[in-house]
Amino acid sequence: MKLSHESIEINAGLMIVLTLIAISIGGLVEIVPLFYIKDTIEKVDGVRPYTPLEQRGRDIFIREGCYTCHSQMIRPFRDEDMRYGHYSLAAESKYDHPFQWGSKRTGPDLARVGRKYSNAWHTQHLNNPRDVVPESIMPNYPWLLRNELDYADVADRMRALKLTGVPYSESEEEYQANVEQFGKPIADQLDINTAEKNLLAQAQAEDWDGDRSRLTEMDALVAYLQVLGTMVDFSKYDEGYFAEFR
Amino acid sequence: MAEQHQGKAVQTTGHAWDGDLQEFNNPLPRWWLWSFYATVLFAVIYWIWYPAWPVAKSFTKGIGTVTYQSGGKQVTTHWNTRAELIEEMQTGSETLKQQAYLEKISAASYDDIVNDPDMMAFTRSMAKVLFADNCAACHGVGGTPAQIGQYPNLRDDAWLWGGDINQIEQTILQGRNGYMPAFGEVLSDAQLDEVANYVLSLSGHSVDTAMADAGRAIFQGKQGGCYYCHTESGKGMASQGSANLTDAVWTVADVPGAADDAARVEVVKTVIRNGVHRQMPAWRGRLSNAQIKLLTVYLQSLGS
Repeated sequence: MKLSHESIEINAGLMIVLTLIAISIGGLVEIVPLFYIKDTIEKVDGVRPYTPLEQRGRDIFIREGCYTCHSQMIRPFRDEDMRYGHYSLAAESKYDHPFQWGSKRTGPDLARVGRKYSNAWHTQHLNNPRDVVPESIMPNYPWLLRNELDYADVADRMRALKLTGVPYSESEEEYQANVEQFGKPIADQLDINTAEKNLLAQAQAEDWDGDRSRLTEMDALVAYLQVLGTMVDFSKYDEGYFAEFR
Repeated sequence: MAEQHQGKAVQTTGHAWDGDLQEFNNPLPRWWLWSFYATVLFAVIYWIWYPAWPVAKSFTKGIGTVTYQSGGKQVTTHWNTRAELIEEMQTGSETLKQQAYLEKISAASYDDIVNDPDMMAFTRSMAKVLFADNCAACHGVGGTPAQIGQYPNLRDDAWLWGGDINQIEQTILQGRNGYMPAFGEVLSDAQLDEVANYVLSLSGHSVDTAMADAGRAIFQGKQGGCYYCHTESGKGMASQGSANLTDAVWTVADVPGAADDAARVEVVKTVIRNGVHRQMPAWRGRLSNAQIKLLTVYLQSLGS
């Protein structure tokens, strides 16, 4: 078949295929090189995959659509630095699938919200934001305190993330590799075989939602929010170091 | 358009639909065409100036540069937003103005700052923004929280952890853990009533005197032991963050919002029964020492 102007215009299927090819070229040229350009992800200490409890919290964050109003990406501008803290590194979201960068901020950026407020504040605020911030337009999420956390499938969720390249461990060999990379305490948290035990232990380790006697979705979400942006110790690095990766 | 159709015959694109439906092949408007060439030219300049094309494991860096100071050395690198931020934080005109003030304030004593109208004006304007970004979520815009409960009002002159300038600075730097045990297991319901009556009597509320007397015995005795932290006079200790119960300033029990004597007893009783556990995060590390100093001066001026 001859690819003339006319044959493309009168053949919808062919036109769709060729349109997709034309559009893909732009995407491929912009995205694919990032996978092999060696400076895309900064070499930095401290970034680790989420623990089972944090990961469940992240799932709830995504389920509730928090990302539709909150970004998790501080851009390298002075005003953002002064308001939110150090700009986000690519390395800080390398275990995020899907990442939560975003560019729409109806609410504030959350990339460094970890440990900025107390657990009690987060619980009150998620339950009814106007209890603590009268001018807030964020919706209420009262069911987070009512719903028991479903963690029966947490190991499967970790297995799924493992397929995307997150280094959760299942075999002894993978576990030892994690001990090497992250140290034993964190490697233990990343072991899929003990996921439920780890989740329950972390839920008890801190008073996340104000009631240790039950495990709610609020516990998981607060645990997730409290780790955001806290993994990298920026005092260890010279600012020029990060610029070398761009 | 219309005049082009008259006179000379305009060519068609050459194909026909439904037998006679044809399309004219007019030239593109000139303004559009030149705008298009301009965008092409812009793209070429952009490729030359900025990082653009991937090449093997790296990319073309462009000829634009950014220069900044790092560890006493001058570093010049290809254009990128991270280096630009460093440069702006070192040489931007707004940054330099701000830094000059911050250095002056870091070096000055608290008394000097308070007595210098220029430094105070800077402190107020910058601390107000810092407060809104970092503190207002709990303590409320302007220092008055949304409701009496978890977070102290910063606009009054009552300070749980001390209103001295050094004490305020310590509170911000290291955070605070406010803790009062729950007495629900230790005291009976009647005893809780009695202690609540006594506590309300300390700040001059009308109470049942007989119950308040019984409450005093529990408060000042071994059974309640309230005086360990709140002291015998009920004025509290800044080192413990224990509230002054005599000043009628309430940060946990909503006494001002209670309708009558019975409701006031009930809200105080609830606090004694359940205890208090509240936490203020530490700001050391998240805020610079100079920023914390600004906030300290600002908070003290708010509270007096």
